[in-house]
Amino acid sequence: MTYLRPKFRHPELPKNNLGYSVDYYEGSLSTLCAGCGHDSISAGIIQAAYELDIEPHRLAKLSGIGCSSKTPAYFLSNSHGFNSVHGRMPSVATGANMANRDLIYLGVSGDGDSASIGMGQFVHVIRRNLNMVYIVMNNGCYGLTKGQDSATADSGSKNKSGHVNLFQSIDLASLAIELGATFVAQSFSGDKSQLVPLIKAAMNHPGFAFINVISPCVTFNNNPGSTKSYDFVREHMEATSTFDFVPEMAEITTSYSEGSQKSVKLHDGTFLQFHKIAQDWDPEDRISAINAVQNAKLKNEILTGLLYINPEPVDLHEMINTSLRPLNSLTKEDLCPGSEVLKSINKDWR
Amino acid sequence: MSLNQVKINDFVIRFANVNGTGSASANYLFCKSIFRMGVPVTPKNIFPSNIQGLPTWYEVRVSEKGYLGRREGIDIMVCVNPQSMLKDVGNVRTGGYFLYDSSKPLHSNYIRDDIHYIGIPLMEMCNEAFTDPRQRQLFKNIIYVGALAALLEIDFKVFESLLAEQFAGKEKLIAPNIKALQMGVDYIHEHYSDPIDIRVEQRDLVGDSIMIDGNTACGLGAVYGGATVAAWYPITPSTSVIESFMNFSDEYRIDPETGKRNVAIIQAEDELAAIGMVIGANWNGARSFTATSGPGLSLMNEFLGLAYFAEIPTVLIDVQRTGPSTGMPTRTQQSDTLEAAYASHGDTKHILLFPSTPKECFEMTADAFDLTEQLQTPVIVMTDLDLGMNDHMSKPFQWDDHRQYKRGKVLDAEALEGIERFGRYLDVDGDGIPYRTYPGTHPTKGSYFTRGTSRDEYAVYTESGDAYVRNMDRLMKKWNTAKSYVPGPHLYQEVNLSTYGILFFGTSEYSTEEAIDILKAEGVQLDAIRIKSFPFNDTVEEFIHSHDKVFVVEQNRDAQMKSLLMIELSINPEKLVSVLNYDGLPITADQIVNSIKSGLSFSDLK
Repeated sequence: MTYLRPKFRHPELPKNNLGYSVDYYEGSLSTLCAGCGHDSISAGIIQAAYELDIEPHRLAKLSGIGCSSKTPAYFLSNSHGFNSVHGRMPSVATGANMANRDLIYLGVSGDGDSASIGMGQFVHVIRRNLNMVYIVMNNGCYGLTKGQDSATADSGSKNKSGHVNLFQSIDLASLAIELGATFVAQSFSGDKSQLVPLIKAAMNHPGFAFINVISPCVTFNNNPGSTKSYDFVREHMEATSTFDFVPEMAEITTSYSEGSQKSVKLHDGTFLQFHKIAQDWDPEDRISAINAVQNAKLKNEILTGLLYINPEPVDLHEMINTSLRPLNSLTKEDLCPGSEVLKSINKDWR
Repeated sequence: MSLNQVKINDFVIRFANVNGTGSASANYLFCKSIFRMGVPVTPKNIFPSNIQGLPTWYEVRVSEKGYLGRREGIDIMVCVNPQSMLKDVGNVRTGGYFLYDSSKPLHSNYIRDDIHYIGIPLMEMCNEAFTDPRQRQLFKNIIYVGALAALLEIDFKVFESLLAEQFAGKEKLIAPNIKALQMGVDYIHEHYSDPIDIRVEQRDLVGDSIMIDGNTACGLGAVYGGATVAAWYPITPSTSVIESFMNFSDEYRIDPETGKRNVAIIQAEDELAAIGMVIGANWNGARSFTATSGPGLSLMNEFLGLAYFAEIPTVLIDVQRTGPSTGMPTRTQQSDTLEAAYASHGDTKHILLFPSTPKECFEMTADAFDLTEQLQTPVIVMTDLDLGMNDHMSKPFQWDDHRQYKRGKVLDAEALEGIERFGRYLDVDGDGIPYRTYPGTHPTKGSYFTRGTSRDEYAVYTESGDAYVRNMDRLMKKWNTAKSYVPGPHLYQEVNLSTYGILFFGTSEYSTEEAIDILKAEGVQLDAIRIKSFPFNDTVEEFIHSHDKVFVVEQNRDAQMKSLLMIELSINPEKLVSVLNYDGLPITADQIVNSIKSGLSFSDLK
């Protein structure tokens, strides 16, 4: 949607700890359709970055191709962005992360970009536990090419033109858990109160953090019979729990009754505090997470919230033992063995 | 055995082995012994796409004159592979020698009356002398090396020192190797007391040369060039580029204080991911590269177009093999020239470097990182299987410690402070090369959106035809700027001596130089030029314009370099005469000479 956004902002907008108000985290005007779920997710990203006091220039945003992959232009305009090629964002993010481990990497993809053309890269970036946030804006269709079914469209789901999808859908969240992703969540673009804490927790996670966000396509897949419409998702959402960040460990004062609450200690000493926990689900237990997702499916429900977290992940840099100094900051003095070494190498080859 | 004119330091020997039987190290030992005798030598490994069981050949050319190209005509065939024996017997030149395992009698089919037979009961001798089955297998190879030492009069002390070096730290392996060598020597002395008419004599012709393969050199060049991120997918014949980079990184990229690695090497899920990682790392300010071969280059096309259009440094080492498709994966060719030059859809052109020697592999790989960052566009190093996987005699590598990495036009936080509005694709200096910033540099200035879609000078998306054309024209201006950055050709003469020229590149160098000498001896003078890079600079154009005909030597069917010259320099096709070889084996001087002789009326040339 193209419209003019007034430049005026209320001078007394609240500021975060860095002294920035939320507008500092905005991007250029969205060109997506009015009411597109993706714009709500962009708003969620803006809110999360603002609340987490992130310096925008210390975050890099990357994407592939598609409606979802356009969104990095619409948030965090002071961050470097990279709109790469279709399905290949994970590899570009991997290279970028290897070059500089000190930035936050936010990858945005879609269901076509991740579940079809980019499936190979999606699964392999999970295997490597790259330290990044990976958000799939999942609408079950190819919006930019006018609504063809994607690989996440549910079998039997009907699109705007009345076409019924015949094929099994790919469940990206289950797949991510199965592949060993260390943070897996599912949410809905229409539920900001759930989405923003999830994005914050994902950004705080020092490993691969995946959020599959159902994000209805208002133009091609928001009709009766679609399982990715606003109405359908609202009616069929079931949450694992709600949760808060607890920044300081000492501050946990709430008593919690067995089975309904749980706190998970994170790598940096902070906590995730869960409330209203679903039955037979433990956020640190992969099996319970997979069971919970599958059981919800049987009941025709979409399970949302945090599905699984490993609070102490070992990321790719740690696995391959790279320098704590960003590789892109190393100089010739750090990297080049010099002429004397070369002389001795030559000698070995005589 | 009759003694003809003795050929000293001038012969070709071919070893016919079974893949996976440990012959490679024995054959290398033989080759290195001649190098240590101070005589120029060039080995070629002709191997199957297989791990164990298929025929494999190792060919060594010994040339007092220093010719390092492959030569046809086998003077000595060492055959320990029954599978290929019939063909191997047939390949020996008249008057040549056939050395074989005589543990079993030779079938009458293998008997020719115009060659000499030297039978050694290798299997029998091994079974008698060694009990371990693996040793029985391995030492057959060492025994024939010993036999060759005796026949060719190679100094035994050379082997002793080579084995001592090879097994430093595993000294108990030296004695059985010496024993096996001595068994070969003794057998010849006892059974073949007449000398053969081929001999090796000590010389001082190799100077301070080294023996190394191009892939190892590329890996080392990447270390010296400051690469910190390598992403790759295994593919013959490029794999050893990365293996070399890994090995040298293990040695030279470990922080002595922390034990942590100043390098990230990622084995990707495919070539698409490999080049994507390289682009991501370069975008973020690390020097990064990948190595691949033809099929991988095909897969990388889309990303190369992105790197070209979004102006992201990228270094790719293409170790070419025989295409198309899977082709002959273990044979050489120069058949990716056009594919690499114009990789990806849309109007694209890529910088190519053509190394001819391991030394150039080292230098051009290191230089590629400077060039790609200075020009903000992909640089592809076009080596091939022959250069990459065979050992070559090469001048020693050199490094100037005063050399600084040329990181190109990158703005830091301080520079950004002084700029009103940063324009990622603004041609500030008029050379077509814009300024870039690394992510994370400045809180409010210098961020931009990198994309493969069209954009204006400030990296803002646009569908304006004018802005698109401005950008494409600037990229063309940058391309022309590149001509003064890339290495110029090697011109063999200061002034033209002939109306005929010969143009070549990469691994055609050795054989073309030899062919020029052969033709010269026959009274035909050719002016020569070796291309080292694309885009072609003005010297290449002048060379072609100043000759009536130019022979273009290349190792592919379709005369791809000729096409590139025609397209880029608007050369009349009639003027360029192709000299082609595309059978998968390195081109020879004889092929070049014969092709030139048949291509034109030979008397015209004189």
